[in-house]
Amino acid sequence: MSGTNLIMKRELGSYFSTPLAYVFIVIFLMMSGVSTFYIGRFFERGQADLISFFNFIPWLYLILVPAIAMGLWSEERKSGTIELLMTLPITVVEAVLGKFLAAWIFIGVALILTFPVWITVNYLGEPDNGVILASYIGSWLMAGGFLAIGSCISATTKSQVVAFILTLVVCFVFVAAGFSMVQDVFTEWAPLWLVDGVASLSFITHFDAISRGVIDLRDLLYFLIMILCWLAATTIVINIKKAD
Amino acid sequence: MIQISNLTRTFGSFIAVNDVSFEVKPGEVLGFLGPNGAGKSTTMKMITGFLTPSSGNVSVLGVDLDLDPLSAQKQMGYLPEGAPSYGDMTVLSFLKFIGGVRGFSGDELSERIDNVVVKVSLKDVLNQRIETLSKGFKRRVGIAQAIIHDPQILILDEPTDGLDPNQKHQVRELIRTLAKDKIVIISTHILEEVSAVCSRALILSSGSVVFDGSPDELAAKSKFHNAVSVKFTHEYDVMKKLESLANVFRVESDALSGLITIYPETGKTVLKQVNELIHSQDWDVEEFHVEKGRLDDVFRQVTIGGGA
Repeated sequence: MSGTNLIMKRELGSYFSTPLAYVFIVIFLMMSGVSTFYIGRFFERGQADLISFFNFIPWLYLILVPAIAMGLWSEERKSGTIELLMTLPITVVEAVLGKFLAAWIFIGVALILTFPVWITVNYLGEPDNGVILASYIGSWLMAGGFLAIGSCISATTKSQVVAFILTLVVCFVFVAAGFSMVQDVFTEWAPLWLVDGVASLSFITHFDAISRGVIDLRDLLYFLIMILCWLAATTIVINIKKAD
Repeated sequence: MIQISNLTRTFGSFIAVNDVSFEVKPGEVLGFLGPNGAGKSTTMKMITGFLTPSSGNVSVLGVDLDLDPLSAQKQMGYLPEGAPSYGDMTVLSFLKFIGGVRGFSGDELSERIDNVVVKVSLKDVLNQRIETLSKGFKRRVGIAQAIIHDPQILILDEPTDGLDPNQKHQVRELIRTLAKDKIVIISTHILEEVSAVCSRALILSSGSVVFDGSPDELAAKSKFHNAVSVKFTHEYDVMKKLESLANVFRVESDALSGLITIYPETGKTVLKQVNELIHSQDWDVEEFHVEKGRLDDVFRQVTIGGGA
């Protein structure tokens, strides 16, 4: 697994040697701030929790994670460096994992940098820090899910723009599956197991469950399996498409 | 040793490489020649394990590439076509990354890097980002990453493309020194390169091998091989006399340059006869040379003529 490690380090280094990392972090922090304090009315609510912050995290991720994921493989294919990478003594699995972990860690760093919100709420009141920690973990896992989807889609195309748009659409489907308006479409005719099945595919359903502070093994497994399946799919796609 | 047997690769209905078989032994520098789209790069991609053959087999140092690509790739250094590298990295960090993947760390890694940096003259650009470098430097970074682990097998896809004549010379020298007990495969459009560095030339055309032999053998296929070109100071009546010499196949006179070329029959020489004739007739000669064979001529002949 030293290959994974080396690729991860290289990728992380390249995030910070280009403006990408800084732009992402600044935009993410600004948007999370705006949504928490203005749209989420953090102060007006007068409650010592971070619900108004975490409510918007899925939506921020829906736009920002595909922006990170789009370059994972399509850039590599477009510039031809994939030929270099795939002829080094590294397996495809190591490369897929390395790239994924680098991006996931990077998003984690951006998430940790939202700590001033946590300090604020602790300064103003006495929130349940267990719930907040669970929500942070849930957010990071959800980011991993989005990222794994993006990794797979990025491997299918040489165009970063195409990768971005497709990832956004697929991620949106996975988010929206839990909404009542989507559910309503099914409830009228579909059997209950199908309605529940669709709802349980939703990122939001599992994210909300974790954010309530109850860390259920099923919710954790949902995200981990989601990540593993999409990464496995990435490996398959790369093996098929690498030389196209 | 590299053994390639019945290698075929199709893309849809297009046959890029068609039933190619050959072997390369240590100490050989094999030059891949062929027009664009002949299948040179595709063959190299299959040898390095990037592309899976549609059928056929590649075995590298006794290892079947299909079964254990990783251990074969450890023994190989590869410069892909166009020398791709990570533009946002500096030359030094890129070489560190490649060296790390090749299993080096600490002092050994720095030693290896110092070594290749000298070999391909990258000292001045070590801390520059690769995307800011000129084409020639990028190519040399690509060569540096291919030789950093001193591989047994070196596969270079157009190593001198985009280099100036001095850099070309330097890279050829490098290939020659590396080649002693190793297997080197290079692809090129430049025919002079084949005679300059290769011990063996393999010409591909439309995916098939149309010539496999030494550069001298390649030159010998030329109608110019051992032909004698003469230019006289005065206009003598030479044509009849030259044509009547032994072994002469044909005599051509170029009105523009005044050069008279005497082609021998295949496998024979005319130098001695022509020389004796000139002496006996006491003709004044302004220019006189023996042709070794024109490679571009043979190249056209084998790749357009559909086999030799």
